[in-house]
Amino acid sequence: MNRRTRTTRPPIGIVVLAALAVAFFTLPFAGLLWRAPWSDLVDVIREGAARQALWLSIQTSILATLVAVVIGVPLAWVLARIDFPFRNVVRALATLSMVLPPVVGGVALFFSFGRRGLFGQYLYDWFGIRLPFTTAGVVVAQAFVAMPFLVLTVESAFRQFDIRYEDVARSLGASRWYAFRRITLPSIRPAIIAGLVLAWARALGEFGATITFAGNLPGTTQTMPLATYIALESDPGAALILSIVLIVVSFGVLIGLRDRWLGNPHEVIRP
Amino acid sequence: MARPSLRSCLALTVLGLLVGCSGSSDTTVSVFAAASLSDAFTELEAAFEAEHPDIDVLVNLAGSSALAAQIVEGAPADVFASADEANMERVATLLDAPATIFATNRLQIVTEAGNPLGIETLDDLSDPSVLFVTSALDVPIGRYSADVLARANVDLRPVSFEESVKGIVTKVRAGEADAGIVYATDVIAAGSSVTGVDIADDFQVVARYPIARLTNREASTTFVDFVLSTRARSILDDFGFGAP
Repeated sequence: MNRRTRTTRPPIGIVVLAALAVAFFTLPFAGLLWRAPWSDLVDVIREGAARQALWLSIQTSILATLVAVVIGVPLAWVLARIDFPFRNVVRALATLSMVLPPVVGGVALFFSFGRRGLFGQYLYDWFGIRLPFTTAGVVVAQAFVAMPFLVLTVESAFRQFDIRYEDVARSLGASRWYAFRRITLPSIRPAIIAGLVLAWARALGEFGATITFAGNLPGTTQTMPLATYIALESDPGAALILSIVLIVVSFGVLIGLRDRWLGNPHEVIRP
Repeated sequence: MARPSLRSCLALTVLGLLVGCSGSSDTTVSVFAAASLSDAFTELEAAFEAEHPDIDVLVNLAGSSALAAQIVEGAPADVFASADEANMERVATLLDAPATIFATNRLQIVTEAGNPLGIETLDDLSDPSVLFVTSALDVPIGRYSADVLARANVDLRPVSFEESVKGIVTKVRAGEADAGIVYATDVIAAGSSVTGVDIADDFQVVARYPIARLTNREASTTFVDFVLSTRARSILDDFGFGAP
């Protein structure tokens, strides 16, 4: 096996800093769990508003991830494989929404795809399609902020993939598409899954672009993050419960997917 | 020698971050003010700091309900200016002195610039093709707005419950929503980008803005006194706020 296990002592400084990082990530959740009114758990979940928001969040985040895959993977391939002028500019554009404050992203979506937007006015006039205040608008907002995570991850995998494998397959008579499907895709599968998970997680947690572009209406555009934020002002206990539900769902998915699809790292130190 | 010095630099940086982020000096006063007060308080802050160069005012603007929640959770506020009495009531036990009403506000229907749908009355809002946005009931404007509609006996289906009055104005100004009910001061602040439509006096609700200090520091008292002064009154007038 190429998996090496070392028994040397791990460097203490790094371990201490890593422990600090773990504490930094864990302590806020500890605070959340500590303050949560556990006796209200059943009531809040039974109330329906929470379930409605969770269900909407799950649906929209999956749809947004699908959108990201369908157009994001081809984009990643183009960025990695085709040399064209201004490729760096295109790459920067494709990842801009990652650094943009989501609220600004939401406003930008307004001015482009809103009812009076640059393109949205034609969607509305010609097809009667209106994105703001609709569930489709939520998906657009989520895909807008989540796709860069998938594009970046997959593009870097395409770059690292040794293209000679494809060449060999083609020299043996495989079609271009067959080689891509049977050779390239399977070898970058971990990166695609990782990108998928990152994009999905970003979509699930999306708040700023959603409330700005799609508004906040229970059952239509009020996803879990919005429901949590609104509840925080009136009923902090309910907000904490909503957060915990969201944490449990995402934590489960993240752990499940990582172990199942990404495998273990190749070199580990066993203390 | 390079490695230990790098280490101590790192330690100092971490310490510096921890220290730098905490504590406030004696000459600052932290004011939590309702979102609808944004422009007026920016002006008040400048006028106050001109009169009291030794005191630095830090204004935290958000929906009154969000601010009340922050204060209840222990946010370091010296002064709270709420857009309604209900949210001031939520922090009542934390007040250092009773709240005083310092301004009032009227409500108006806000429409896109030029009022393309010709909305004249609250009844016109009930047309199903009108996209109406409001706020959650815990946000003052959402409560006031619901009161006005209840008085006029108009039942609406909003397309969105925004987190503050600014959200309503943003949606209407961008033309994504057709109408909302906001403070008259918001319509003034938005200028020509929106059009305000008066609400009949029978249905009008007057929003009352209380201010109170949460700490007994001198700077807190000075700031509250300033907001209640005639100088501040004329600034509030300019922004469309009525006298208490």
